[in-house]
Amino acid sequence: MTAETGIGARVKRKEDQRFLTGTGRYVDDLPLARATYAYFLRSPHAHAKIKSIDTGAAKAMPGVVEIFTGKDTADAKVGGLICGWVVKGKDGQPHKAPPHPVMALDTVRYVGDTVAMVVANSADEARDAAEAIKVDYEVKPANVDLAKAFDKGTPEVHAEAPGNLIYDWEIGVKADVDAAFAKAAHVTKLDLVNNRLIPNAMEPRAAAAEYDKGTGNYTLWSTSQNPHVLRLILSAFVLGIPEHKLRVIAPDVGGGFGSKIFCYNEETMVTWAASRVGRPIKWTAERAESFMTDAHGRDHVTHAELALDKDGKFLGLKVDTIANMGAYLSTFSTAVPTYLYATLLAGQYTTPVIHANVRAALTHTAPVDAYRGAGRPEATFVIESIVSKAAAELKMDPAELRRKNFIPADAFPYQTPVALQYDSGNYPPIIDEAMKMADYKGFESRRAEAKSRGKLRGIGFSSYIEACGLGPSRVIGQLGGGVGQWESAQIKFNPTGNVQILTGAHSHGQSHETTFAQLVSDKLGVPIENVEVVHGDTATTPFGMGSYGSRSLAVGGSAIMKAADKVIAKGKKIAAHLMEADVADVVFEQGTFKVAGTDKNVPLGAAVFAAYVPHNYPLEELEPGMDENAFYDPSNFVYPAGTQICEVEVDPETGVVEVVNHTAVDDFGNIINPMIVEGQVHGGIVQGVGQALMENAVYDKETGQLVSGSYMDYTMPRADDVPSFKLGNKVTPCPHNPLGVKGCGEAGAIAAPAAVMNAVHDALAPLGVTHVPMPATPQTVWQAIHGGK
Amino acid sequence: MTINVAMTVNGKAASGKVEARTLLVQFLREHLGLTGTHVGCDTSQCGACVVHLDGKSIKSCTILAVQAEGGKVTTIEGLAESAEKLHPMQEAFRENHALQCGFCTPGMVMSAIDMVKRHNYQLDEATVRRELEGNLCRCTGYHNIVKAILAAAPAMKSAGV
Amino acid sequence: MYDFAYHRPKTMAEATAALKGKPEARPMSGGMTLIPTLKQRLAKPSDVVDLNGIKELAGIKVDGSGVTVGAMTRHADVASSADVKGAIPALADLAGHIGDPAVRNRGTMGGSVANNDPAADYPAAVLGLDATVTTTSRTIKADDFFKGLFETALEDGELITSITFPKAEKAGYMKFPNPASRYAMVGVFVAKTAGGVRVAVTGAGPCVFRVKAMEDALARNFSADAIKDIKVPADGLNSDIHGSAEYRAHLVTVMARRAVDQANK
Ligand SMILES: Cc1cc2nc3c(=O)[nH]c(=O)nc-3n(C[C@H](O)[C@H](O)[C@H](O)COP(=O)(O)OP(=O)(O)OC[C@H]3O[C@@H](n4cnc5c(N)ncnc54)[C@H](O)[C@@H]3O)c2cc1C
Ligand code: FES
Ligand code: FES
Repeated sequence: MTAETGIGARVKRKEDQRFLTGTGRYVDDLPLARATYAYFLRSPHAHAKIKSIDTGAAKAMPGVVEIFTGKDTADAKVGGLICGWVVKGKDGQPHKAPPHPVMALDTVRYVGDTVAMVVANSADEARDAAEAIKVDYEVKPANVDLAKAFDKGTPEVHAEAPGNLIYDWEIGVKADVDAAFAKAAHVTKLDLVNNRLIPNAMEPRAAAAEYDKGTGNYTLWSTSQNPHVLRLILSAFVLGIPEHKLRVIAPDVGGGFGSKIFCYNEETMVTWAASRVGRPIKWTAERAESFMTDAHGRDHVTHAELALDKDGKFLGLKVDTIANMGAYLSTFSTAVPTYLYATLLAGQYTTPVIHANVRAALTHTAPVDAYRGAGRPEATFVIESIVSKAAAELKMDPAELRRKNFIPADAFPYQTPVALQYDSGNYPPIIDEAMKMADYKGFESRRAEAKSRGKLRGIGFSSYIEACGLGPSRVIGQLGGGVGQWESAQIKFNPTGNVQILTGAHSHGQSHETTFAQLVSDKLGVPIENVEVVHGDTATTPFGMGSYGSRSLAVGGSAIMKAADKVIAKGKKIAAHLMEADVADVVFEQGTFKVAGTDKNVPLGAAVFAAYVPHNYPLEELEPGMDENAFYDPSNFVYPAGTQICEVEVDPETGVVEVVNHTAVDDFGNIINPMIVEGQVHGGIVQGVGQALMENAVYDKETGQLVSGSYMDYTMPRADDVPSFKLGNKVTPCPHNPLGVKGCGEAGAIAAPAAVMNAVHDALAPLGVTHVPMPATPQTVWQAIHGGK
Repeated sequence: MTINVAMTVNGKAASGKVEARTLLVQFLREHLGLTGTHVGCDTSQCGACVVHLDGKSIKSCTILAVQAEGGKVTTIEGLAESAEKLHPMQEAFRENHALQCGFCTPGMVMSAIDMVKRHNYQLDEATVRRELEGNLCRCTGYHNIVKAILAAAPAMKSAGV
Repeated sequence: MYDFAYHRPKTMAEATAALKGKPEARPMSGGMTLIPTLKQRLAKPSDVVDLNGIKELAGIKVDGSGVTVGAMTRHADVASSADVKGAIPALADLAGHIGDPAVRNRGTMGGSVANNDPAADYPAAVLGLDATVTTTSRTIKADDFFKGLFETALEDGELITSITFPKAEKAGYMKFPNPASRYAMVGVFVAKTAGGVRVAVTGAGPCVFRVKAMEDALARNFSADAIKDIKVPADGLNSDIHGSAEYRAHLVTVMARRAVDQANK
């Protein structure tokens, strides 16, 4: 449309008015008449047999409406929660799939496992009653230490997965890699732990459900990133409520970062129980429950080796990873350390052969699944750590070593040895720009200046690639994914000239309401204030796959463009009729149909009006109305890439690491709204800095208690933990989607941990320190320096 | 124990019958339907619940409703003069894209206003970051929140708020 | 939170009466510790006696010998008080580093000192400055006040009314915050007063404690260098995911040095 609101403009967000005035509508805000409140009793033990549950006294407590246990759900034949991605191991067999009941039956398998559900007239009364439930546990030894999960004698989490092994999977040809290593002039080896994280969206998970006896319809309000997928899982696998009888609404959702993709037992139980109780049920997690039961992220133990020739060219990469699944397989857990991780191990480099072996382990901890970046941060951390380590060992400039091995710009499309084909990219200008912005040249003098203040200054690079915009359905299917990965869109052009865009994507901070409106406003020439984006309700929007994996614009936006094309195509026919012209002669420019070479014109709005009031209208050929929908299935993933440069100062006396500068230059393809994209990168970087320096989910190795179970112990990045950032961008448009866009939601979190950790290592190198575990907390750094306890 | 409470909320008289254990945030959300004030934690650390009591920022999850008896409470709903005329802090948050999912936003805005006033409309980046210690945001990385607050300070001064 | 009976006395006499004979009753000042505790159902008081209505408990008085802070004085008021800044700037500075602004707007000195959290900041100042705690029934010297983990000399029903700090010739406080909670993982208060030099450490152990060796060294030479080689033993210090006992012991020396530098500024 106009330059101020079109593609590329920094349009202020449409969603802000309600969020800024306190009129957003999140699940817990919902007023439901006659509501009851649920409280879930959680296991205090990591591993125990439930000998008995006595709800007698609890049922007699004031305000209690009903109490359910695993026996009730089993008796009612409630299905278990599913894992929707089948990964086949080296043996060709599908992964082990132990049952995941919605409430524990006879065994609890992690601290937080659900034992009973209390429904009462108030949340306080529900909790009061839960405390009166008597559970007799026989506590058993727990398997908590990931590195020891497969050891003989480690307690098994499920009998269905002997030795706690979910799968033993590989990618790449091991013999080829071994041959490459045999020729290597230098081999760099790395052992690392990718620390376990707790997503911590600021809005805790919540669910509310209502059953309408008259119609037999259920409505579930859930903090979901993908309400249709949630409905599908609940209908097809868990509750058996037919899809058309279950409406799932994900209203305003306060952040997700992956943790709200999955189908959880609480939303399942609330829906199931609503019909039994005969009143609406509300549940909102307390933060302590979020810590215990939101699916956690990362948690790998990895050994990697990189072979280089005498000039520093990469010859091959070997990676061996144990990935933690927790006690049950969450919805997409199996895919994360395989297809979202090992397929990215080429990074930005021409490494000709790569082999990765991934073993997924069960432990007595909360389920682990996708968290912002999902697999790709882990891959980037392996590659970018080992590349920087190799540079240090070879006394090469880390930027130089990277440049030497970058996939050249003329090599795209580029087939990696680990399945993916990168569609586009141009990496050298990105690192150049980043180095300029970060003033790499001036670093040594800054290091010297810092030294005069007793501080150790270091600089670190991270050149990441990621595959996102999930994804081509055929490929997803071949890899074992249980769903399609297209996206849907519907454009309802109303008679009075305003537009509703219905999308299957879901916004929980990503600003779809603005970006998508910008697309349509720009394309159809409708003022942006007349465009409204509708999302998050299975009753009003077409079936969609939701938002995760940086897919909303690349896939959902593309669907919208397809629908808009249909609007234009139909409008063109109407306009041709109105102008008594040949369709072939009609062009569409800035919201108006014109006949080339004449002054005849019909604004789109007029064509639409004619479609609703078809008095002068080609009814023989065209249906009335203007309501077009489209589904878009991408032909490939998209491949954003970039380089981050982090500069830190370490206080050697205390071990405190301060991030003093952080630069990110990204290639996200074409950019619709730079303001929004920058915001995504800022947030991502801080989650990455959080992983590198602060955040760590710690379980007691003996008891399996979650030690970092509140903000008192789990270090969330705060405003004074980070600086302001310098951002830049380069554009190589995506060649295969109509917008030329790539995803930007995860990049910040993918690249940052390695950039920060490389900077920490660089800072400490003069002291002879070669390995600092992540997160580099003050204590960890101090111990690395002093070898202390 | 049930108690009658009465206070002024966003300039209007508000009262109700609450249990002694009812928190101010529960009173605002559940009794008055003012759901703009959020709850993001159970350990008084996230700041999603910040409101003003007698002109000072407080965590409404860490004060009993009965303790606000007779007090003047301002919540995010009470800031804007009208839908068109937002408070300069709200406006600065919008201008600078200082919010994404919006969940931390009410608490951020309320803390930010208190901060600017306490510092007599003069702040630098380091001060803003330090003063945000009690407000967690998982989306924005704080970058734009800091920018917004720095931009709002002079705007608040010239608007006389 | 469990429910309780709520009282809002207007005078100390009323408060004492409300607490009398009720072993499960709890006084409440800022509520910044008590309410989170109640929310997590870690305590179940029969009665909560809210001290916020008692005017005589708030306020700061300065005279030639020192500063007296009423028990209900908020952290924010101590931090911004011109009187405190004038008499003992380190105390104002310490108060300004407790929690966040919203916490400082409610939390009080009396509540913090009565609570004696091993990671709290004020106890370091009270012990480091050799302050005197005045209660509803007596005065207690700092050395006799802090007894152990969350334990003080206060008897059931005994309330802190004020705390008197002697003027310091020099004083400094340096806090190494726990990265997650931002409470003190190690906080060291050093002070030189008419009574001598004191070094009080909070966060590191189960209860605030003094480091005699540092006090002696500083009495001879009040400089950071004088204590740079003095280590406290790690034995008995706190240990958690953020800091082992050894790390804390190390930080005590570092923070003590920096506190001395601060005091000498
Ligand atoms: C997010 C957050 C961060 C914090 N960070 C820090 C920090 O960095 N450093 C720090 O030191 N503290 C910190 N605190 C604690 C804060 O300083 C509290 O204000 C303080 O510990 C308790 O003071 P209060 O007035 O709130 O007491 P309350 O919570 O009202 O009471 C605390 C205890 O003392 C008793 N009590 C209260 N008043 C009296 C009295 N006059 N006489 C006898 N007993 C009494 C109560 O019964 C209760 O047991 C933090 C708190 C929060 C919520
Ligand atoms: S809800 Fe988190 S501080 Fe109040
Ligand atoms: S905007 Fe989502 S938590 Fe701050």
